[in-house]
Amino acid sequence: MSDPPLAAPGAGTGRSGRVGLLVWRISGAAGPVLAVILALLAIWYAATVWLNAQWVLDQAARADRMAGFGDILRGTLNQERPVLPAPHQVAAELWNTVALQPVTSRRSLVWHAWVTLSATLTGFGIGTVLGIALAIGIVHNRAMDMSVMPWAIASQTIPILAIAPMIIVVLNSVGVQGLLPKAIISAYLSFFPVVVGMVTGLRSPDAAQLDLMRTYSASRAQTLWKLRFPASLPYLFASLKVGVAASLVGAIVGELPTGAVRGLGARLLSGSYYGQTVQIWAALLMAAFCAALLVGLIGLIQRLTLGRMGLAR
Amino acid sequence: MVVEARRLDLTFQTADGPVQALSDVSLDIRAGDFVSFIGPSGCGKTTFLRVIAGLEEATGGSVSVNGMTPDEARRARAYGYVFQAAGLYPWRTIGRNVKLPLEIMGFDRAEQDRRMRDVLRLVELEGFERKYPWQLSGGMQQRASIARALAFDAALLLMDEPFGALDEIVRDRLNEQLLDLWARTGKTICFVTHSIPEAVYLSTRIVVMSPRPGRIADVIDSPLPRERPLDIRDSAAFIEVAHRVREGLRAGMGDDV
Ligand SMILES: Nc1ncnc2c1ncn2[C@@H]1O[C@H](COP(=O)(O)OP(=O)(O)OP(=O)(O)O)[C@@H](O)[C@H]1O
Ligand SMILES: [Mg+2]
Repeated sequence: MSDPPLAAPGAGTGRSGRVGLLVWRISGAAGPVLAVILALLAIWYAATVWLNAQWVLDQAARADRMAGFGDILRGTLNQERPVLPAPHQVAAELWNTVALQPVTSRRSLVWHAWVTLSATLTGFGIGTVLGIALAIGIVHNRAMDMSVMPWAIASQTIPILAIAPMIIVVLNSVGVQGLLPKAIISAYLSFFPVVVGMVTGLRSPDAAQLDLMRTYSASRAQTLWKLRFPASLPYLFASLKVGVAASLVGAIVGELPTGAVRGLGARLLSGSYYGQTVQIWAALLMAAFCAALLVGLIGLIQRLTLGRMGLAR
Repeated sequence: MVVEARRLDLTFQTADGPVQALSDVSLDIRAGDFVSFIGPSGCGKTTFLRVIAGLEEATGGSVSVNGMTPDEARRARAYGYVFQAAGLYPWRTIGRNVKLPLEIMGFDRAEQDRRMRDVLRLVELEGFERKYPWQLSGGMQQRASIARALAFDAALLLMDEPFGALDEIVRDRLNEQLLDLWARTGKTICFVTHSIPEAVYLSTRIVVMSPRPGRIADVIDSPLPRERPLDIRDSAAFIEVAHRVREGLRAGMGDDV
């Protein structure tokens, strides 16, 4: 493999140069990112003191004392069932449930996260395949174009909290339990952005690009595979990012109605049951981390794929 | 007869009323002809080419391509079409863009590679097959799109201002190469251009068109020999033909000028 005698843009920027650039970018971004995190923590602490103060004041009133500022500070930041737990309490809870537990243990948040993630990924897979299939049908078939889209839109206007218990109960009655009902709810939420994005993407080739295919007298399948599909990929990735986040929400919601004991949804449920706000916040942070991870992963695949296709400049 | 057009009419229905793009166009194109279409912008050159290609349907009259309807000819992959804009697919390298028609028409891989290299050499783009379109200049992209149309070796070539975006020097060389290709292969070529010298240099017949509605103002059979070195453009016969084309264009414009 020899390169053609043409200087490509960016030629001469070797691997080491690229790594250097990356390091420079990250360190350049670190300052602002750190500042934002510190600001958020400060706001969080202030809110913790403010929201939990009432309890301290009540305690003091009952004991017939005046609570000073120091008492309030001490009393608000380490409550067992605070209205809003302090960041260090959540951090400690995360440390205890993530680092100090074997990941196979039921007390490990990683284990719960994995239970939810496996349903998320299954549902996301089903939703993506379904979404792409529907989009291909919509683009190629006028009847489907007219009939499917309204139903898809209608399906998304039903609150998922209303329909999730029904799906679970119905599936339960036919003996389907565990991962699959959650995955179906998750697919229910994620197919929609994929349909919308893919329909737009498959229709994105312009008249000239389609005319070229006509001059070759290409079949519909060839036009789909060699023109519409590659043209749709940037749109697909954009909707996959929305879809995967929706999938995670679907899987968590799917864990709520049955009083499940496994998964992030179960942690949220039992936390609110017993007033364990620290546990709730730890589960929330874990869910946010999972969402960021999934979206980041899709972003990475997007960069690699579009880069290989010469579409990312 | 490769193309036979009889009293062709084409009216586009647009939002602000009908636009008559072609009116009463009759033309015969014989096998091996090099026919140029010249005329002011909007006189229907592209539209006529698209009718031949079966991309647009005439609203009146008749047209046949190789004795078939344009649509049948299109299905029989009777022609290669070079569009006014290069229209390369941005996610394909130059090499894979050229191979696109070959993939669709089911050539085997070795044959695809061989033909791709051949036509890229012909348009002087060898070594660029792994570049993406955006890495090439506009003129290079246009040459790649010509290579793509040549790759599957159709007997009829429809070329819509293929060299419009190129500089004079490259254009001269490609004109020579196109003539050479035409002489060697005996293809029939329909060629749209805005340049009088280009039309006269290349063609055996020059079709002068005029606008509103688009129609044929004059058809000039070139007296020039088929063998044409570049300096034929200084000969008296060449200048004579060029003069006739210019007169035809002026007459076609009527009161507009
Ligand atoms: N798809 C279309 N819908 C409506 N009107 C059209 C369409 N295509 C072309 N026309 C009209 O038909 C006429 C002829 O257009 P055409 O593109 O054939 O001109 P042309 O001779 O190729 O011009 P140019 O030299 O600028 O390329 C123009 O008036 C144009 O506005
Ligand atoms: Mg045109």
